[in-house]
Amino acid sequence: MAAVTLKRVKKNYGTTTVVHGVDLEIKAGEFVVILGPSGCGKSTLLRMIAGLEAITEGEISIGSKIVNTLEPRERGCAMVFQNYALYPHMTVAENIGYALKVAGLGKAERMARINAVAEILGLEEFLDRKPIQLSGGQRQRVAMGRAMIREPDVFLYDEPLSNLDARLRVAMRAEIRKLHQRLGTTSLFVTHDQIEAMTLADRIVVMNKGVIEQVGTPDEVYHRPASTYVASFVGSPGLNLLHVMVDRSASCIRFKDGQTLPFEHGQAVLVPDGPAIFGFRAEQAQLSEQIGLTLTPGFQEALGSTRLLHGTVANEEAVIAIPGNGPLDATTSMSVTIPASAMHFFDSTTGRRLG
Amino acid sequence: MIERTPLLNLATYTVMVLGALMVFVPLWLVYVGATLTVREINTPELHFLTGSHLIENLQAAWARGHLGGRLFNSLIMSLGVAFGKVAMSAITAFGLVYFRFPGRTLAFWLIFITLMLPLEVRIVPTYAVAANALWPFQSILDATGLSDLIKAASGLQIALEWNLLNSYTGLILPLIATATGTFLYRQFFLTVPDELLEAARMDGAGPFRFLVEFLMPLSRANMAALFTIMFLYAWNQYLWPLLATPDRAGFGTTAVVELKLLAPTVSTNGGGTPDWNVAMAGCLIVMLPPLLLVAFMQRYFVRGLIATEK
Ligand SMILES: Nc1ncnc2c1ncn2[C@@H]1O[C@H](COP(=O)(O)OP(=O)(O)O)[C@@H](O)[C@H]1O
Ligand SMILES: [Mg+2]
Repeated sequence: MAAVTLKRVKKNYGTTTVVHGVDLEIKAGEFVVILGPSGCGKSTLLRMIAGLEAITEGEISIGSKIVNTLEPRERGCAMVFQNYALYPHMTVAENIGYALKVAGLGKAERMARINAVAEILGLEEFLDRKPIQLSGGQRQRVAMGRAMIREPDVFLYDEPLSNLDARLRVAMRAEIRKLHQRLGTTSLFVTHDQIEAMTLADRIVVMNKGVIEQVGTPDEVYHRPASTYVASFVGSPGLNLLHVMVDRSASCIRFKDGQTLPFEHGQAVLVPDGPAIFGFRAEQAQLSEQIGLTLTPGFQEALGSTRLLHGTVANEEAVIAIPGNGPLDATTSMSVTIPASAMHFFDSTTGRRLG
Repeated sequence: MIERTPLLNLATYTVMVLGALMVFVPLWLVYVGATLTVREINTPELHFLTGSHLIENLQAAWARGHLGGRLFNSLIMSLGVAFGKVAMSAITAFGLVYFRFPGRTLAFWLIFITLMLPLEVRIVPTYAVAANALWPFQSILDATGLSDLIKAASGLQIALEWNLLNSYTGLILPLIATATGTFLYRQFFLTVPDELLEAARMDGAGPFRFLVEFLMPLSRANMAALFTIMFLYAWNQYLWPLLATPDRAGFGTTAVVELKLLAPTVSTNGGGTPDWNVAMAGCLIVMLPPLLLVAFMQRYFVRGLIATEK
């Protein structure tokens, strides 16, 4: 178990910068998920920590050591790769035990530890098989075993679940979480799947184009997104975002088509006058008899316990979630109310959270 | 194109049978020739049926061609070339693919150029070097005036000499120095996923371990194929051993070169009846080792090709 600290870490490939000066502190034993779309530099960041990629600028320390120039094996990290990267010519047991063999451990001790790890992962009966004879989920477990057996200070996961089918992904997610509870090893988990991030993380790091947008607990990231980017990326569906003008003297926000929404409290009172981006969660909006926002309904999606109603507010797309099932009787325009506490405001140019 | 019509089948089989005949008929004639007596083989008609003198012809060829010693020479040379080639190819390709060093591109092209310089093209300089492996250094010393300088200073005439003629080293080294194997390995190494190297590095394996414990086992099929090809290539060499082994009485030569001497000519035969039967028997003996090797190695590279693991 060790803390990991990144100071102004930067990565250039030739003249393009893919990671722009990242600062991040991960506490010992913490499970941190790096969340971001494909190509935003998540893997690069992870691989710099692992030592597989040189650091252009900045400083990475693991525990109390600065590891910038250390070889991967000297950093005390173990990594689980997206494609598992199992050694095709070795059996499962040899795959799992390879690090110990390199470290010069005797055969008896190696076998004892391999068996212990195999038992935790339910791989006992497969120890003599080659990776090619395993299913996707079993290969995934072998990759985990290979990382676990070294008892590393830090686990690094690079989208380890993205090659599994949906059901297996949920099961493995739970196992990874259980494993973390049991071993308490500092873990860094890279994914583009926000549900994975929400369910696994102690803290989520949301990345966009090589920059950290927000660091926070799943709750914070969900309920207080730091930017429109985070707001639209996290949650399913993402936050509704509408362009508005804030008018404090009239205590209301004005939409593009002229309709207004009054506010008394919540974040809104802290927002300066002028243009802003207004956001609300689909599930916090309610259909109402009272006067509220006018939504022009479009199409519906049934999700079982809820229905998603897609439509437009002031000619901008919005979606609301309505409990219940069966098709909704959508008229030409519907009134939607949003509690003041569920209103989010963002700067209209920078996209950062206001108030 | 997997299409099956009777007509197409017929055409395919015809081509196959013709091809097989073209390969096998000459071999069969050699075999038949080796079973005949001198008198039988010197009759004008072509023999297609075996005679009964195989054993004595083989014995004659073995004795007259000193085939025991010659086959041994051939074997050492071919094994040396095959092992040397596999080892050198793997290491050079490993260096080219996995290391970034100054002059890497230059090294690549220098190796590439050797593809255009097979032994036959560079036979004269290669012979000069084999006759005295230190000759290039001597030339440099002479050309730069260094040897004159040393002579003036110490009174010693520098004369470097290291003769590789009539030695296994001399037979083997010039045949190893080509790029074919390097490129075969390079192509294979380029197909090995980067993640495998990264996983191995995370597990603590250094470059040497990665070469020995990953690349070598993963390239078994390539290795078997390259080994077989290089063994055959070396076994069948004629020109180089002919030049590099002038001392026939002492070191001897290779079996293939010796075959030439088994062939009856006025000089070897003294104008008597040409005994082609013995020459054919010699051919049979010399053909056997490579044939056995192919039969034995085949299952390794075929198995390797089938079990392509990703
Ligand atoms: N070896 C490389 N050379 C040049 N560009 C690279 C290299 N590796 C990754 N990149 C670029 O860096 C960016 C971030 O890549 P990566 O960290 O793999 O993204 P992610 O894992 O978030 O999908 C991408 O735009 C990618 O094209
Ligand atoms: Mg990635």
